Amino acid sequence: MTSNNILTLGQKFSVLIVDDDKIIRRIHKVLLNKFGFESHTVENGKEAVDLYLSGKHFDLILMDMEMPVMDGPKATRELRAMGVNNMIVGVTSRGLDSEKQAFTEAGLDYCVEKPLTSETITSLLQELAKK
Amino acid sequence: MERNLHKQLGNMKKSLFDQGYLDEQFIQLEELQDEANPNFVEEVVTLYYRDSARLIQNIEQTLENNPLDFAKLDNYMHQFKGSSCSIGAKKLKNECTQFREHCKTGNGDGCKRTFQQLKKEYAALKKKLEHYFQVP
Repeated sequence: MTSNNILTLGQKFSVLIVDDDKIIRRIHKVLLNKFGFESHTVENGKEAVDLYLSGKHFDLILMDMEMPVMDGPKATRELRAMGVNNMIVGVTSRGLDSEKQAFTEAGLDYCVEKPLTSETITSLLQELAKK
Repeated sequence: MERNLHKQLGNMKKSLFDQGYLDEQFIQLEELQDEANPNFVEEVVTLYYRDSARLIQNIEQTLENNPLDFAKLDNYMHQFKGSSCSIGAKKLKNECTQFREHCKTGNGDGCKRTFQQLKKEYAALKKKLEHYFQVP
């Protein structure tokens, strides 16, 4: 895997991985670390919201759609209502366009399928570098 | 000697792909393996089998109910499919899709039949991957 630091001009981005599936959390953490992200993981939307309420901030949030306690759409709406304006990318294995549409309308910047691929991460890095 | 082991591993992997057990996602996992995470693939697969055992049990118990709760079954299978996709378990992913189709149409017999097949594929893949990881 080639280094993608050139896309970030040396800037280290932070990412919050929000997913109830521990396998996905592990895979995405390792994948994102390879791309130079500093990653943090939580198990549901409420934990993500609580992190922001505690004063934490991330450049990117990868938000799973279906989670117990608080799902992706609800967490996204709450974060946006709090004034969180960093990139939030929905990550889902749900295939229906209507479900993805509803999730996107909750306040996502993008919605992608999981598991993430190197190509997807590269695209997200390019978007982050533009901001 | 090392070349022979490397060849053996390569042949095993090719066989897993040719027989449709694994897909590209497994390659993606292998590409993440490095000095910092030397046993990453085995770690993820172990995590998968440990985590999914609970789901399999839940599905099994839910299939014993009468009438069947297809929404619950679909939800469990959605989780199981997600995890199976994560490790590149292609056959299992297909069985999950089939099961969910049966849930949508309220076909209890179809669900039960597909689940039996799924359990066979699940056990078969586990055995093959255990063998694969045993090669030094």
